[in-house]
Amino acid sequence: MKKDIQRRKRWDAIFALCGMVALMIGVLTFTALFVDMALDGVGRLSWEFFTNFPSRRPGQAGILSAWVGSTLVMLTTAFFAVPLGVAAGIYLEEYAAKNWITDLIEINITNLAGVPSIVYGLLALGLFVYQFGLGQSILAAGLTLALLILPVVIVATREAIRAIPQAIREGSYAVGATQWQTVRYHILPYSSAGILTGIIIGMARAIGETAPIITIGALTFIAFLPPAPLQADAPFLSFDWLMSPFTVMPIQMFNWTSRPEAAFHANAAAAGFVLVLMTLAMNGLAIWLRYRLRRNIKW
Amino acid sequence: MVKAESKNLSFYYGDFRALKSISMPVHERKVTALIGPSGCGKSTFLRCFNRMHDLYPGNRYEGEIVLQPDNANLLARDVDPIEVRMRIGMVFQKPNPFPKTVFENVAYGLRVRGETSRRRIEEKVEQALQDAALWDEVKDRLHQPAYNLSGGQQQRLCIARALATDPELLLFDEPTSALDPIATASIEELMHDLKERVTILIVTHNMQQAARVSDFTAYMYLGDLIEFGVTDELFIKPKMKQTEDYITGRFG
Amino acid sequence: MSAPTRARLARRRARILRERLIETVLFLAALVSVFTTVAIVYILVKESVVFFQSVSIVRFLTDTQWTPLFDDAHFGIMVLLSGTLTSAAVALAIAIPLGTVIAIYLSEFAAFKLREIAKPFLELLGGVPTIVYGYFALLFVTPLLQRIYPELPGFNLLSAGIVMGIMIIPYVSSISEDAMRAVPMSLREGSYAMGATRFQTAIKVVVPAAFSGIASAYILGISRAVGETMILAVAAGMQPNLTFNPLEPAATITAFIVQVALGDLPHGSTGYQTIFAAGLTLLLFTLACNIAGHVLRKRFREAY
Repeated sequence: MKKDIQRRKRWDAIFALCGMVALMIGVLTFTALFVDMALDGVGRLSWEFFTNFPSRRPGQAGILSAWVGSTLVMLTTAFFAVPLGVAAGIYLEEYAAKNWITDLIEINITNLAGVPSIVYGLLALGLFVYQFGLGQSILAAGLTLALLILPVVIVATREAIRAIPQAIREGSYAVGATQWQTVRYHILPYSSAGILTGIIIGMARAIGETAPIITIGALTFIAFLPPAPLQADAPFLSFDWLMSPFTVMPIQMFNWTSRPEAAFHANAAAAGFVLVLMTLAMNGLAIWLRYRLRRNIKW
Repeated sequence: MVKAESKNLSFYYGDFRALKSISMPVHERKVTALIGPSGCGKSTFLRCFNRMHDLYPGNRYEGEIVLQPDNANLLARDVDPIEVRMRIGMVFQKPNPFPKTVFENVAYGLRVRGETSRRRIEEKVEQALQDAALWDEVKDRLHQPAYNLSGGQQQRLCIARALATDPELLLFDEPTSALDPIATASIEELMHDLKERVTILIVTHNMQQAARVSDFTAYMYLGDLIEFGVTDELFIKPKMKQTEDYITGRFG
Repeated sequence: MSAPTRARLARRRARILRERLIETVLFLAALVSVFTTVAIVYILVKESVVFFQSVSIVRFLTDTQWTPLFDDAHFGIMVLLSGTLTSAAVALAIAIPLGTVIAIYLSEFAAFKLREIAKPFLELLGGVPTIVYGYFALLFVTPLLQRIYPELPGFNLLSAGIVMGIMIIPYVSSISEDAMRAVPMSLREGSYAMGATRFQTAIKVVVPAAFSGIASAYILGISRAVGETMILAVAAGMQPNLTFNPLEPAATITAFIVQVALGDLPHGSTGYQTIFAAGLTLLLFTLACNIAGHVLRKRFREAY
């Protein structure tokens, strides 16, 4: 009997080895990618790289228009995605009754999470750029990405709200609070950390999205900045930048990668390295937040 | 004859001492019942016999459980739990058939041991289902999912599954607490037939069940073995006052 | 009615109105998801309908050339589909085995601490922007493969497929692992009690019990592979090529849309409309996958 057990337990060991190997393949790939970006690109990282416009000469090209564009697009995306997503999440968890409309909404959210990002680009092209006449602008891009990450924000909001025990709600209603007062003074504050985690993950995804923005028509060679939001003279706040043509970091990287000259590839690697660091930082922040949440919440 | 015996068995969940130095015999081809109020440690004691606690981290055994005829200490460090579980079978509180057909459920133990002969497997499956008094009810449904059976049938299936590998000792962990009275009665009747072939150790929170099915009874309280004796004697004239209080329903 | 009572009732009316208003606003926000789906379907169908007025569906499905922007235009979607399916096949050949093995390992074998490190790491792996993966495929993986097989063209479906496969591993593994963790401990105990080893319990009991969840993970992987754009646009080239050989360059449906979008698209031209027809094909396929996955996931949730 002992031999039979030994023989069978050998499979335990073999499979455990396979599991580790499979994990290592993932680790190796990630490391190779990171190191490759770093080796190819770090040489190009300099103050000038961040403050130069793209140029036909690879040595002088920089990502100024790209990261400014990315920042402005992210602001627009957050402006739409956060209120819409959180509001939808609150509605579905606190207000919605179990009827066919709610089912329809939930099915739609699950479906939209699985739609390829380029289809969102096509939607934006047909609807935002042409039908609504927004043109190939930051506003169109922001709206598109907001719709893209909406399922992420909604799901995160719902899970954060669902974690709040019913007893807390009952305590609030018992002193005569209305539904909105309960949401505003209890539900939202307690779920805010979880919601924030979801927003960060959504934004990390949006920053790296290329396909929908290309489809809108973001140009790949932009050697100017959108008009600044803040101005020296009245009315001090301008929204012209919303309708301006633009480019974003992933598209700049795509443009440089597509060039045959190796020198541009170095630029692409540098831009990619910055991108990877940004998404790593954001994802890492979200993971850390989630970890802290799990340890601190003691209902 | 004694089939198995615990010698000064203690068990720790982390720092908490759940069993306090229990020494108790399990007689061969007899039914021994463990009774006591919730939390007294009877399930914990039962699960020591097939090293179930090894599945979870942070636990510790002290003392011995000796299995005859080879006088082997089941709790010894160099004894593989798998070896123990191949000699000792278990039936759980809630029937837990695998998501497989009736036939494959019973054949599972055989396949796990590497049995490949189709003929031998079919023979053993039929024999086990006969012994579990389930054969007539399922012989036309052998290749249908086990989940289609009723609760009582599923539990008898689990018993057949345990019997198919010819265990030396069968552990029952409150096997009828999730079943209706009719199913319960059929399982109790089954135990009466089974004990002629295999030693049975059963945990039950139902005193009357212990009185009905067992030859020997052990009363436990808060991790201690308070009294052990022949069932009829223990229930009619218990030696310890604690036992008498529990049996007459003064607490628990 | 006294004045204080009138005031109280007026306050109550105002409060009820305010609550109702807030609820309506929240409801409209939730409805945005429905509008998005409607809008996507509307836009794709609207442009495709016009497209199919000048190109017959039969030709669309059976033509073996894809040259929509030539004077002698051909519109055989099979050409693009072949690129999509080949690259997806390569990707899934990597993602499904590795993802499943990782899921089983993390769920049934690995220590708690290892799982706590591995899961966030896999999340990071899936969070790298796809353009970065595309760069990696073109400028690291392809040269690497060319050392083994020097005839490999600079653009090819194999590198893109491999990198895409590794990117999809986290999707497959995390959903599979969730499905396996949902299997109740009592089933595992029943198996261990029979003298089974960890490997036997995992393969013979846990995986079959979690089957529909694992299948839905695979379907999600398929959907993700078919919908991926940038890795293929960068590393597989954008030349339509009817082939099932991963060692060749080819354009996928998604890469084609990017290529057209990069050029100048006169609004209303047939060229403009082709991308919507292509997009509609893509949407129908991924929609079918998502529905299948959803149905399977509901089924496995009901079993426990």
